[in-house]
Amino acid sequence: MKWFEYEAPTTLADALAILDANPGACLLAGGTDLLVQLRAGRKQTDLVLDIKRIPELNEISFDSASGLTLGAAVCCAEAYEHPLVKQHYPALAEVASIIGGTQIQGRASIGGNLCNAAPSADAVPLLIALGAVCRVVGIHGERELPVEDFCLAPGQNAMNPGELLVSLRFPAPLPASGAHYLRFIPRNEMDIAVAGVGVSVTLENGAFKAARIALASVAPKPLFVPAAGDSLKGKPVSAESLDAAAQLAKAAASPISDMRGTVEYRRHLCAVLTRRALEAAVRQALGQAQETR
Amino acid sequence: MSTQYSVIGTRPIRHDGADKVTGRALYGADVQMAGLLHGFILRSPHAHARILSIDTSKAAAFPGVKAVITTHDFPAVDGNKMVDLGEGDTPLSYARGNVLAGDKVLYRGHAVAAVAAVNAHVAEEAAGLIEVVYEVLPCVLHAVDAMRSGAPLLHEDLRTTELGEATTTISNIAQHIRQSKGDIEAGFALADVIVEREFHTSTVHQGYIEPHNATALWNNDGRISIWCSTQGSFVVRDCTAAILDIPVSQIKVTPMEIGGGFGGKIPVYLEPVAALLSKKTGRPVKIVMPRQAVFEATGPTPGSYMKVKVGAKKDGSIVAAQAYLAFEAGAYPGAMVVPASMTVFAAYDIANALVDGYDVVVNKPSTAAYRAPGAPNAAFAMESVVDELALKLGIDPLDLRLRNAAKEGTRRVDGPRFPRIGCVEVLEAMKNSPHYQSPLGGPNRGRGVAIGFWFNIGLPSSCTLNVCADGNVNLIEGSTDIGGSRASIAMQAAEVLGLAAEEIHPTVVDTDSIGYTGVTGGSRTTFATGWAAYEAAQDVVRQMKERAAKLWDVKPEAVEASGGVYKSNGNSIGFKELAGRIAETGGPVVGRAAVNPRGAGGSFAGSIVDVEIDPETGKTTILRFTCVQDVGRAIHPAYVEGQMQGGSVQGIGWALNEEYFMSPDGRMMNSSFLDYRMPTALDVPMIETIIVEVPNPGHPFGVRGVGEANIVPPQAAIANAMSHATGTRFTRLPMSPPAVMEAIWCQGSSSQPS
Ligand SMILES: Cc1cc2nc3c(=O)[nH]c(=O)nc-3n(C[C@H](O)[C@H](O)[C@H](O)COP(=O)(O)OP(=O)(O)OC[C@H]3O[C@@H](n4cnc5c(N)ncnc54)[C@H](O)[C@@H]3O)c2cc1C
Repeated sequence: MKWFEYEAPTTLADALAILDANPGACLLAGGTDLLVQLRAGRKQTDLVLDIKRIPELNEISFDSASGLTLGAAVCCAEAYEHPLVKQHYPALAEVASIIGGTQIQGRASIGGNLCNAAPSADAVPLLIALGAVCRVVGIHGERELPVEDFCLAPGQNAMNPGELLVSLRFPAPLPASGAHYLRFIPRNEMDIAVAGVGVSVTLENGAFKAARIALASVAPKPLFVPAAGDSLKGKPVSAESLDAAAQLAKAAASPISDMRGTVEYRRHLCAVLTRRALEAAVRQALGQAQETR
Repeated sequence: MSTQYSVIGTRPIRHDGADKVTGRALYGADVQMAGLLHGFILRSPHAHARILSIDTSKAAAFPGVKAVITTHDFPAVDGNKMVDLGEGDTPLSYARGNVLAGDKVLYRGHAVAAVAAVNAHVAEEAAGLIEVVYEVLPCVLHAVDAMRSGAPLLHEDLRTTELGEATTTISNIAQHIRQSKGDIEAGFALADVIVEREFHTSTVHQGYIEPHNATALWNNDGRISIWCSTQGSFVVRDCTAAILDIPVSQIKVTPMEIGGGFGGKIPVYLEPVAALLSKKTGRPVKIVMPRQAVFEATGPTPGSYMKVKVGAKKDGSIVAAQAYLAFEAGAYPGAMVVPASMTVFAAYDIANALVDGYDVVVNKPSTAAYRAPGAPNAAFAMESVVDELALKLGIDPLDLRLRNAAKEGTRRVDGPRFPRIGCVEVLEAMKNSPHYQSPLGGPNRGRGVAIGFWFNIGLPSSCTLNVCADGNVNLIEGSTDIGGSRASIAMQAAEVLGLAAEEIHPTVVDTDSIGYTGVTGGSRTTFATGWAAYEAAQDVVRQMKERAAKLWDVKPEAVEASGGVYKSNGNSIGFKELAGRIAETGGPVVGRAAVNPRGAGGSFAGSIVDVEIDPETGKTTILRFTCVQDVGRAIHPAYVEGQMQGGSVQGIGWALNEEYFMSPDGRMMNSSFLDYRMPTALDVPMIETIIVEVPNPGHPFGVRGVGEANIVPPQAAIANAMSHATGTRFTRLPMSPPAVMEAIWCQGSSSQPS
């Protein structure tokens, strides 16, 4: 690892100015991805810019009309311990609690998980399923873009140089809705998803009113599969409708074979996990006890 | 022998406990001193290549760099000279070649050059400026491929030793060994049922948390001091001396606390390099290995290809057994196929047996010992076949093993007859265990059992005891404490002296301060260094008798000592009071012993495991696991249980997920703890333990080594359980979720890929 300078501004304006003056700077939230990459030589920089002290990046606020605003630097533990997050977005609280272990969760942020743009990032499929929107700010202004458009390729996101992610906005939950993220890992913790599925569902009279499905680790980026969710619209909650959606998710996956699993195995997992995640989300929508595994 | 002990068998707090739990214990990476430089090692990006040239000029000119070295900085020595690697000898050229490559690199990660600089970052950056020109050669990664004629040759001068005879054949096969007993053909002719299977196991690493490290200071007087993490400070001293061609007396090795070893911290990797860099710079130099280098360049345990065939009569008596074992040594010969051959059938009394073993070099890191090296591979094959045999014969798998179990007097295939051993006792304890007696219940579940054997070793050990005036005793020893051995050694001295464990203060010292002591390995430390402590304590008792005799003006022979009380003619004095009077009765009392014991008692261990398999993902959950082991005598039962649990957990990792995942060009793709999947606390149930005590007649307290046998049976027990859960035999390790799913698909019994 090369030497680098370190700055930790306390206002968004200062951060943006430093970023503008140092195009090669690396932003640091929890650092649980960044420091590993710097040490392994996968990234090099002369300046590490710590964004944890900026108020806007630490915001957690909820209102039943406009939904949840989650600052990009909020760490997983803060997110899952927050009563309003737990109450209104239980699936989000849960995904924050499976990233790494206890020590990692005290540092790792949901924003960092997204900005790192790993195909395997656990939070991202759920953010897509929940319809979250990114608030991106640069010295020349700000813009919003849906999470499904944010990641482009492994390690590459849609932000321009000089921009940073300030927060994520989640729409207010609808009645009779549920969401769930399910990943497959060979161990029971501290592992990287061989495949992962995030789903959200809204029910009406025993049928699906809407559903969103996104996949992890089976494409060069977290993969939104509108066809799979849309296939459920108007369908009754049944083994057949779930299986059909699961098959569509599987069909959309384009994984690679590597040390974590083969193409065939990963595609198979997409179907299994989609069905199981939908079952859990439906149970939640029906107000039943949520299954964890 | 009395079994009424006052200290042995109790569970005192370990002497190093406070230092360890408060974080004050000093490890090699903690070593700091004035003028310290930091070293970094440049490693080969290729699995097999000829080094055409190395240009270090840019690195040497980089600001902050103090020295750069390559193999040419080593003194010229006779490469055929043998050096002691702790548990066996190796030619010096191999030991040195593994420390810094000569004209070829033999695996990715092979050390090529080293830099010393003002800090680790500068050293690393400068190492990147060293220009090495390679001629890349085709690589060979698996034993079976490496044995084929026409395979790329690692060592162009490696001649195969065939059944003990030197040959002129040049190949990757360093050695072919054979062991036989009875008449194998006639044996199989008697069999009603024969099972024959092929097995593959992957290369796996010991996975200690602490990376290798070494700090060396080559002083102006020519003496070298080394601080490092090792299982054997004297092995480091002797190996480093051989490589640097200096007398052993010129090196002092201080073993720091050790964060795990399991056999992998016996070889030297960094010490000679740090020493040479120190010689060139005149300053102390510290090197700490990055994790990736630990995986890529330090000794894993061999991957293997095995074929095992066993025949039995209808009544369950095994009449013949044959094994073909091809083990991957990695870059240099020494694949642990000898112990594998000696243990493969050790649990059984079989009249006709034949074992062929091959030690094969491949383009992977040079293998090192790992807990019972070779035996887990062999047991995976043999115990799977025995399980299948039990199924075919309709006999309970433990009954089948009991029917054929090795006993005192049974002759092993490699020759020796067993002394008193606890194979039968372990199998009976397994059968009577609450676990084996419990119902299994539930779909997708299976139960498996297996047994395994490890010899354990003796080797030399030394111990000194200094009696303090307050009646406590300072114990000086040279065995690095990996698993609670300070406690188990001190307790043996305490037992003899009639003191409490806490009244003995053990210290592990450097190689200048204690007599030669072999490695902490081979499950020998509680056995052999414990024996040295026992003898040293007897020496103290003898001297204390003389002191009491002086006090009472009687002959020393007239003094009796028992439980720390010295008596003669109605006089009586306790150890502590007597210790207070040693100054007036002749001065210091120092007990000494140096031992080189034979008679290490072999240990048998059995595993019982219940698994559940998710038929849709192939993931295996270990529901329940019991380890049963004959330990001879449990000096400190809690640490014995810890060893049994640790070996079991490592066996679980080896069975389910651990592997060197190699690309075709010889790159380990998963050289981090993220993708090299060892079990976490959430992946294993509480490992239940059942200690069996069949005392070893070859030790004063009946100790057998306990550190290794427990890792031998888990892989097979888990494979057997998984076979019963799925109806499919698993013959390849690891049995990872994708592999299990593959097997389920092949079997076609479950729904095809949904
Ligand atoms: C032991 C361990 C276990 C892990 N387990 C998991 C796991 O189970 N699941 C999982 O998905 N991940 C896991 N990770 C990866 C990592 O912890 C997560 O991706 C985490 O959410 C990253 O958050 P961070 O705040 O630490 O990001 P950082 O490392 O600080 O940043 C990550 C990247 O995003 C950029 N960045 C961060 N914040 C912003 C911002 N506001 N605007 C613009 N760019 C930004 C950084 O420059 C960097 O490139 C693990 C990591 C470790 C070390």
